[in-house]
Amino acid sequence: MTGIDAHIELNLGEFRLDAELHAPGEGITALFGPSGSGKTTLLRCLAGLTRAPRGKVRVNGETWQDDRVFLPPHRRAVGYVFQESSLFSHLSVERNIRYGYNRVPPAGRRIRVDQAVEWLGIGPLMSRMPSNLSGGERQRVAIARALLTSPALLLLDEPMSSLDEASRQEIMPYLARLHGELSIPALLVSHSIREVLRLADHVVTIDCGRVTESGPVAAMAQRLGPGSAGGEIISIIEARVVRHDDAYHLSLLDSAFGPLWAPLVNLATGDPVRLQVEAHDVSLGLRREDDSSLLNQVCVRVGSVTPLGPGQTLVRLGALDSGDDCVLACIVTAKSADALALAPGLKVYARIKGVRLLQ
Amino acid sequence: MDDALTSFDWRPVFLTLKLASVSVLVLLLLGTPLAWWLARSRSWFRTVVEAVVALPLVLPPTVLGFYLLVMLGPNGPLGGAWESWGGPRLVFSFPGLVIGSVLYSLPFVVQPIQNAFAALGERPIEAAATLRASPLDHFFTVAVPMARRGFLTALSLGFAHTVGEFGVVLMIGGNIPGRTKVVSIAIYDHVEALDYAQAHLLSGGMLVFSFLTLFLVYAMNRRAEGIRR
Repeated sequence: MTGIDAHIELNLGEFRLDAELHAPGEGITALFGPSGSGKTTLLRCLAGLTRAPRGKVRVNGETWQDDRVFLPPHRRAVGYVFQESSLFSHLSVERNIRYGYNRVPPAGRRIRVDQAVEWLGIGPLMSRMPSNLSGGERQRVAIARALLTSPALLLLDEPMSSLDEASRQEIMPYLARLHGELSIPALLVSHSIREVLRLADHVVTIDCGRVTESGPVAAMAQRLGPGSAGGEIISIIEARVVRHDDAYHLSLLDSAFGPLWAPLVNLATGDPVRLQVEAHDVSLGLRREDDSSLLNQVCVRVGSVTPLGPGQTLVRLGALDSGDDCVLACIVTAKSADALALAPGLKVYARIKGVRLLQ
Repeated sequence: MDDALTSFDWRPVFLTLKLASVSVLVLLLLGTPLAWWLARSRSWFRTVVEAVVALPLVLPPTVLGFYLLVMLGPNGPLGGAWESWGGPRLVFSFPGLVIGSVLYSLPFVVQPIQNAFAALGERPIEAAATLRASPLDHFFTVAVPMARRGFLTALSLGFAHTVGEFGVVLMIGGNIPGRTKVVSIAIYDHVEALDYAQAHLLSGGMLVFSFLTLFLVYAMNRRAEGIRR
C-alpha cells in the first residue's frame, strides 16, 4: 500500500491541530494554507520532531506512529528540508550531503551522491563551507542532503520562504525537475499560490489546524483563489507539446479541452507542460466565433454556476468527455450568465484570452 | 637569583600541572553531559542544579575545602564508606586534590560548554535526527564539534583556574611536599620563610602563564568570530 495516511491531534496552547491527511505515494503534494494554520506543525509531527500525543502516521504501509508505536525521527525514512538553512556549519558541503547518506545501509540507498549533486547543480560547491554559500545554494545543498537518505517521504517546509525572489527563481527549476527524476513522494508546505501551481500535483488545503479540502492540483487550483491571499482564481491545464510554429512564435499543445496555442516553448514534442489560465481571461459564448482574434476557443460543458460577489458569477467548466471534472474556471457578469441561460450540462464555447506556461 | 635557580624546587610545578591536567580531563568527562542536560532540559530541577554548579563562584574556597574535608575524611560519610570498600585515603592525597579541584573549577568548565550548546539551538540537532543520526551519534558528530569554541574556552579556563587555586587544595590536601604541595601553596610558604627570590620565580611564572592562557582564549575567540563573518 503506497501513500501517506496520517491523523494528528495536538494541542499547543490555544491552537488545536486535528488534521487527517491522505496523500498519494508519488509526486508533490502541497500543503497550502495561511500562516499559523498548522502546516509546519503537521510536517514536524510526520517527521517525529514534535510528538503528537494522539496520532497515526503510515507511510507506504509502514507504521511510524499509532497508539502503541512512536518511531523517533532518526528511525523514520524521512527527508526534511527546513525553512532556513540547517547545514552543519563545521562540515564542508560534501561532508554535509554525505552525513545522511553514510548513515543509510548500502542496501537502502536508491540515490547516488553523483546523481543528487548533478540534479541540484552543486558540483562546484562541494569543497566550500556553508558560511561561504548564498541562501539559494544552501537550500540546494540541504535538498541534496535530504534526498541522499533515500527517504520514503520528502518533507519540504517552505524551503524558499527565507530566500529573496532571485534565489527563489533559482531553486524552482531544481524542485520542478526533481519531480520527473524521483519516485519519492514529497509534501511541500507553502502559502504561495504560484509555488503550489508550479510544483504540486496534488493539493491539500489546511486552515485553523484542520484539513479543509484535497484533490489534484488542476481540480483544486480554482479553489485556492477565493478567500486566500492572492484573491485570484486560476485554472491549471495539463497539456503536451504537439508541434512548434516558429514563424508565429507559437507552440501547439494538446489538452483535455482539445488543441491549444501557447507562446513558443523550448520543449520537445511530447513533453508535458502545465498551463495557467486566469478566470478573468475566459469568456463564454453559445456559438463558435470564427472571426475573432482569440486563438484558443474550446467547446466545454458547464459544470456549475455560482454567484461570486455583487454582479459576478463563477462558472466551472469541464471538457466534454471528462465526467465530473471541472478544471476550467471562468468569471462572467451575472447579467451575461442570465442572458446565456448558463446552467449545468449546457455546451458552450470558452474563449481563452491568456494562456501562460508555468515554467 | 642564580642560587634561587639552582635550588629551585620543581616538584610543586609538576604537581600543579599534573593536577590541572587530570582535573580538566575529569571535568570534561563529567561536565559535558551535565552541560548538555542543563542546556536542553526544561525541568524545574535544572535551575537547582545550575545554582549548585555556580556555587564555587561565590563561596570562599575555604568553605568548600572545609566541607570536603568533613565529607571525605576517614570518619566522614563519603570518605568512611570509600575506605570501607578498600579505597585509598582521599584527604591529604592526590585523589583528594583532584576531587576538590573538580568541584572548585566546575562552573568554569560547565558554563562555557552549556552556553555553546544552548547557542546551537534545536535546528542542527533536528536536522541530524532527520538524517538518521541517533541521539548519541549526533551528540558527538554535530553538537560537540559545533560547540568547539565553548570547549576551548572551558578547557583553558578550567586548566588556568585549577592552576590558580589555593584555599581548597590547602584544606583538603594539606601541604605535603611532593605529594600535595602545589605552586600557589609553595609561594605562600616561600613568603612565610621570607625567601622572596623563590616566591618571585613562582609568582612571575604564574603571572605569565595566566596571561598567556587568557590571551590565547581571547585571540582564538576573535579569530573564530572573524571566520564566521
